[in-house]
Amino acid sequence: MMPLASYAPALAQLDDNFFGDRRNAVNECPGNNGLCPGWIFDNIDQYLSPLWEHVLLSIVPLVLGFLVATTLALLAHRYKFLGTGFLAIVSALFTIPSIAFYLILLNVTGRGFATAVIVLTAYTLVLIYRNVQTGLEEVPREMVDVAEGMGLTRRQILFRVELPMALPTIFAGLRIAASSTVGIAGFAFFAGAGGLGQEIFAAPTFRGNVVAASVLMILLATVLELAVLAVQRSFTPWERAVST
Amino acid sequence: MAESLPWPGRMGQSRHLHIFDAAPRAELREVTAPQTAPSPDVARPRPQAATLELRSATKRYPGQDEAAVDGLSLTVPAGEICVLVGPSGCGKTTAMRMVNRMIEITEGDILLDDRSVRDRAPAELRREIGYAIQQIGLFPHLTVAANVAVVPRLLGWDRDRIDARVRELLQLVSLDEGTGERYPAQLSGGQRQRVGVARALAADPPLMLMDEPFGAIDPINRERLQNEFLRLQAEIRKTIVFVTHDIDEAIKMGDKIAILQEGGILAQFASPAELLMYPASPFVEDFVGSDRALKRLALQRVRDIDLWKAAVVRAGEPVADVRKKLEDADLDIPLLVDDHGRPKGWLSERGMTGERVREELRSPADPIVELDDILRDALSDLLGSDTRYGPVVDADGRVAGVLSMEALSHALSVPAEHIPTPSELAAATDGDE
Ligand SMILES: Nc1ncnc2c1ncn2[C@@H]1O[C@H](COP(=O)(O)OP(=O)(O)O)[C@@H](O)[C@H]1O
Ligand SMILES: [Mg+2]
Repeated sequence: MMPLASYAPALAQLDDNFFGDRRNAVNECPGNNGLCPGWIFDNIDQYLSPLWEHVLLSIVPLVLGFLVATTLALLAHRYKFLGTGFLAIVSALFTIPSIAFYLILLNVTGRGFATAVIVLTAYTLVLIYRNVQTGLEEVPREMVDVAEGMGLTRRQILFRVELPMALPTIFAGLRIAASSTVGIAGFAFFAGAGGLGQEIFAAPTFRGNVVAASVLMILLATVLELAVLAVQRSFTPWERAVST
Repeated sequence: MAESLPWPGRMGQSRHLHIFDAAPRAELREVTAPQTAPSPDVARPRPQAATLELRSATKRYPGQDEAAVDGLSLTVPAGEICVLVGPSGCGKTTAMRMVNRMIEITEGDILLDDRSVRDRAPAELRREIGYAIQQIGLFPHLTVAANVAVVPRLLGWDRDRIDARVRELLQLVSLDEGTGERYPAQLSGGQRQRVGVARALAADPPLMLMDEPFGAIDPINRERLQNEFLRLQAEIRKTIVFVTHDIDEAIKMGDKIAILQEGGILAQFASPAELLMYPASPFVEDFVGSDRALKRLALQRVRDIDLWKAAVVRAGEPVADVRKKLEDADLDIPLLVDDHGRPKGWLSERGMTGERVREELRSPADPIVELDDILRDALSDLLGSDTRYGPVVDADGRVAGVLSMEALSHALSVPAEHIPTPSELAAATDGDE
């Protein structure tokens, strides 16, 4: 983690009350080095609205990222020459540090939820794109061959054979994207989009606060991953068919 | 479990009456049954099959000097199995795929029922041609029923018709109805192969293309699937192009065999018997193997050849009658049978010393050969015993004659034209049951 000071230009654009009143809460919980279960229990409702923001900051980029990455991967699957270029772009996006990304975008799209969503969506792309592409590539040649021989058109082969068979790999990518997005969404406050990250940075030295927000983030990541897993299972019943 | 069941082709005909009515087609072609087949029962469905004709079909892959298939001309009459066989890389798969336009021909033409495949839209053409490859060809993400239903769905059949058709096909290939709900990963190799065949047959195609369909099956199951498939074919009488690299499989399955050599050149196109008796070139001779005379023995069954006549006697029969029978017989030892006509053993001289035949056996009656045994197996049985001859029994175990080394070697001198093709044989056996 870079020292907070190096974010100075970004912080300059944040609300005056960015750190909020949470700082003062340290005083309400002086014992145990700032970590009081009692305080967390009493104040948990303060975290519900940031949690909800965080949920949106995770799900919306995931859905958008899935749509964009899948579209790109399908295009690359159809027109092979696009593949290398797409992969280079989505990989490059992933390597831009959050803070730099926000700094660039703040001047273009301004502060707010939309900017955060753009950044977070961009980060999901490489994870989902790579898995969709790998999944499609790993469909055995014979499957496509036999589908063609039975008279399926290219589009039918894609939607009835290749995509379904790629689903396990695609979902694996989505699961990684889900937990990583929950994490990266912790920086959405740079765009003024709130979320649990904002709570952490509001009082980074107050351990009760940090623990409460972090635990909620971990829970959210776990729940999202399990949700994706549940969807995956219902979409891929053959994966559970045991050979006899 | 299910694998030991015979194809329903053996289990009476009535069930099949409606199966192939499922897909009405504009041109229903009548297929003339081969002469050797017993007159088909009138109720048998009129099978539909197409005539396939390749006219100097040539494929040159871009960037390659040599053609992969070079001027291939052959005609497959409706209802026959044509096997494409040859060493690896000789162009069998290419030749087969030119038929359904998975590979476009460079020169020449291919006609399906006198109509060029080049005038047909590829996807539509392919839905009319059954396609089966090695067992890996089943879609792992679809249930067995959904796999079988792929082409009917493409053709827009309604649900009820598809469901009914799937049930019929699973029955046709001897799979339990419950198999429909399972996934390919839950089936044995043999079961998967049957599903593959059922799927290729789903829309009742007049032509089937099969690329090494039994290639991934172990030898024992392969043999069984081959037999079952031949029986099924005797029933459905499709036109089939069957690709294999195994000459034994080719001899077993083909009505006609096209041997291809490197560069996709047709080395010989002939019936299995002709191929084995009159190989057209050193290449063919080499490819069919130096044991080709022995291979011919696989083409015929014991019932197809002239058997020796035995003096069949029962205990208690007047010895005078037995002596008279022996004058007529090809063998001077009487064969003692039980009340049902089943062989008990060769009668010894002492058994004929009195007025009437006594059960005095000289030697047991083995090997016992069945009418349905192929000659190769029968020969093997004879070689394994001391006597060099053995009683032949029918399906009920009753004596039908005697097979001897002499009778076998006589059969080998029969001209190739008189040896029936595998599907004629299958039809003949099928009709008897
Ligand atoms: N798609 C292709 N492009 C170029 N060459 C091919 C292609 N498919 C097959 N060939 C070549 O054509 C020849 C015949 O191949 P194939 O028909 O697959 O033979 P077989 O099925 O008899 O083993 C081989 O030399 C093979 O390398
Ligand atoms: Mg091949």
